[in-house]
Amino acid sequence: MKNKFIYLAILAAGFASCEPEFENDVDANYTSGDADFTSYVAVGNSLTAGYMDGAVYRTGQENSYPNMLAQQFALVGGGSFTQPYYGDDVNNLGGLMLGGVQIAATRLVIDASQGRPENIVGTPTIEVSDIHAGPYNNMGVPGAKSFHLGANGYGNIAGISIGAANPYFVRMASSSNASVLEDAMAMNPTFFTNWIGSNDVLSYATNGGAQSDGMTPAADHNETGNTDPSTYGGNDITNAMVFGSVYSSIVNTLISGGAKGVVATIPSVTSIPYFTTVPYAPLSPAALGGQTNIDLLNTNLYGPLDAVFTAYGESDRVNPLSGTSANPILIYDADAADRTAQISGALQMQGYPASVANEIGAAYGKARQATANDLVVLPASSVIGTVNAGASATLTSLGLNINGVSYPMANNWVLTANEKAKVADATDAFNTTIVSIATANNLAVADMNALMNQLVSGLRIETGQIFTANYFSGIETENEVLFSLDGVHPNARGYAVITNSIINLINQHYNANLPLKYVSDYPGINIVGSN
Amino acid sequence: MRKLLSLALLALAGTSVYAGGYRVAMQGQKQLAMGHTGVAVVNSAEVSFFNPAGMAYLENKFNLSIGANALVAKTKFQNSTYNWTASTTNVGTPLEVYATYRLNDWLTAGLAVYTPYGSAVEWDQGWEGSHLVNNIDLQAIFVQPSVSIRVGEHFSVGGGPIYAIGMVKFNRDVTMNPAFQSADGTATNLTIEDSGITAWGYTLGFMFNPTDKIRLGMNYRSEITMEARGGDANFYNVPDFATNDPSFQNTTFDADLPLPAELTVGFSYQITDKWLMAFDYNYTMWDSYKALDVKFANGSESLNPRNYKNSSTFRIGTQYQANDKFTFRAGWYHDQSPVQDGYFAPETPRNDSMGFTGGLTYQLNQKFGVDFSFLYLHFDEIDNSYDYSTDPISGQPNPSFGGTYKSVVFSPGLGVTYSF
Repeated sequence: MKNKFIYLAILAAGFASCEPEFENDVDANYTSGDADFTSYVAVGNSLTAGYMDGAVYRTGQENSYPNMLAQQFALVGGGSFTQPYYGDDVNNLGGLMLGGVQIAATRLVIDASQGRPENIVGTPTIEVSDIHAGPYNNMGVPGAKSFHLGANGYGNIAGISIGAANPYFVRMASSSNASVLEDAMAMNPTFFTNWIGSNDVLSYATNGGAQSDGMTPAADHNETGNTDPSTYGGNDITNAMVFGSVYSSIVNTLISGGAKGVVATIPSVTSIPYFTTVPYAPLSPAALGGQTNIDLLNTNLYGPLDAVFTAYGESDRVNPLSGTSANPILIYDADAADRTAQISGALQMQGYPASVANEIGAAYGKARQATANDLVVLPASSVIGTVNAGASATLTSLGLNINGVSYPMANNWVLTANEKAKVADATDAFNTTIVSIATANNLAVADMNALMNQLVSGLRIETGQIFTANYFSGIETENEVLFSLDGVHPNARGYAVITNSIINLINQHYNANLPLKYVSDYPGINIVGSN
Repeated sequence: MRKLLSLALLALAGTSVYAGGYRVAMQGQKQLAMGHTGVAVVNSAEVSFFNPAGMAYLENKFNLSIGANALVAKTKFQNSTYNWTASTTNVGTPLEVYATYRLNDWLTAGLAVYTPYGSAVEWDQGWEGSHLVNNIDLQAIFVQPSVSIRVGEHFSVGGGPIYAIGMVKFNRDVTMNPAFQSADGTATNLTIEDSGITAWGYTLGFMFNPTDKIRLGMNYRSEITMEARGGDANFYNVPDFATNDPSFQNTTFDADLPLPAELTVGFSYQITDKWLMAFDYNYTMWDSYKALDVKFANGSESLNPRNYKNSSTFRIGTQYQANDKFTFRAGWYHDQSPVQDGYFAPETPRNDSMGFTGGLTYQLNQKFGVDFSFLYLHFDEIDNSYDYSTDPISGQPNPSFGGTYKSVVFSPGLGVTYSF
């Protein structure tokens, strides 16, 4: 009897160890195809660095698309993938300090108690002078333009104050004289992604076509014909020929060791929430303080302006404010016909002293009401309707100092139709260059521009879920939002969508079979109870 | 009896599903060894479950059978589109206590305590299907007094009321959206829990023995709906920004879970004095399980379509009495899953299965016997998904959740019998 129990026990133990077995393991068919992921290097800008919510922060960087890609590559022979050091971002705030002075803001979060995006409270712990020299596999450098990748000294801390160096690259460069591309090649890439070029138009667009002073127009070097990028202002549009030659040399360098890779096109930046969230006509009668206030504004400002512009053939440049529907904001348009003298003249005929008339003329000489063809940038939402501290004492005393209402929004708050066209033309030219260089070298092209255009009308992914190019507008639709709170960069969920589009491309172009990322696993908007 | 019942309830912890849906067809060591046939078999007090009408034909005046199984259910899940893998191993102990007593020539009384329904599935908290289920523990114990009345030499009827006692505990993530998680990264999850749920049902059957060798039987067990009322619904790991949101305040819930009716017909044939064959057919009215709808006291609802279909099980078993000491048994059955395509929820990840059973009895003496049984359940791997979940935050459908599932179930069992 005792023996039988032993046999039973052995039998039971035998079955206890029996496991369900699949006919094919989950990874049975994964393959790198024609690609070799041993050393994967990503070059690019903030989009490659994992920048989101207006910052690079520790947990955001973990969800950079190159890091997600590398996780899939690791299943088919991909080697380790290093990213620039952010271990010192202990509180996960992002932002940058330079010599103890904050030079970049902390990440944005939604403060639920206020119902708005805010920079998360706290002091950054990422010190630029605390250098963690690379090279790294992820060579994405926030802010980099095409011609920065080959620039030696772009990581020299001494160059930051004069705009010749980039604080993000300072921290990660292998030496102060290294270029981004040299460091990338030091990793001996067998596979690369190259998504550079957005900033060659984006900084122009996000600054409303203005230089850093907010008013002076930035240059479009396709108009100026200037092909020396060392003379470019930070917000200028790169000359397309410069872009072409720089891009070609970047790609030639990346493939010089036999690496295969993916290059990405530049998304048409004017479709991103940074430009599409704030309406051009947000001024409801209630917001303007009701009919009394509207009448006052029409009598004192809009009526006279309309009269002057109409007299000079621009009957629609400014119209009286409506008491029944929302009104467009008043903006400064650098390309508008300058009516300073005419406005001043009209006022002087009404008996205003010349000095006052000239001041008013200068303030409204290039003013007009925004139209549906203009794009108001996201940060303008906290400016419209506020007092303009820069308005002259005269205007202030007349009450003509309310941004967008009685004082034109500065150049940098609005990408006008004219400026938008320059951005679109440059984007098209750059993308044509990217595609032709990639095609000539048999590289796969990730068409981020096409992806962006799909997002505008609603992007349906393989799960059936639909995502939009909308800004966060409440928790009910939060799971459709792919853009982070800066309105320019994707959130982690958006980077997962990008990763999948690149994986699909690699699977197709390089006969690989890599699994996708599950987009729903990745967070979208960071919401805090209070800030 | 009360002591026995409380013991039984203790031992129930972690009963696991292994038949279609959450039916656990393990109600007797002798009969399980014969492929869980028994509606037309008169072997032991186990017949008080399989067909109370058969109690009348038991040879001894008193019969007692007590048994339990160590049920091990392992399920693996994978999805190669996303490189997902998950697995769950759950151990349960279904048990049974049966006693019959012949009061007179035509009347036999019996008491049966058994655990025909249950499910314990525990996936890793926060696994890929966590918006459907993290873990579930469902238990029901049936207490069934019954009588068997002989009507003449060849025919008997039997039946009795069933008192069902149940509990349920079910945890899942509230939403797939990672915005809802606590500071430590654990997704916001909800546990609904109720115990001491009671309900009544009945069982009814007849047995007809047209010859010495042939028995025909039929048994019907009614549907019993377990109605959880005012159970606890508690939220865990709620993010800061939602702690004051009324839809994340702990509340109570109501939900109904049907334990479906089951009709069994079958016959047995005594081929020789020593050799018996038995055939059963079960038809389970699973279509009563339309949805697992949870209504919360705060007015919100969670609607989870299940749309089970009626299902059949075909069973065959045999028994060979080698000598006075040893009887050997074997059996096979085919169990159809009630789960329809697209409704394959990971809380009951079961598809069609084939059961292989065996066992033996060692009769120590005329009164005491020891039963051993063994069950191995084979499942083919299956590609299936659950397509009908909804995100409570957005009100939009969640994406389909699916992949390949493969299960293995085995269960050794041990029982004792005493009769005089």
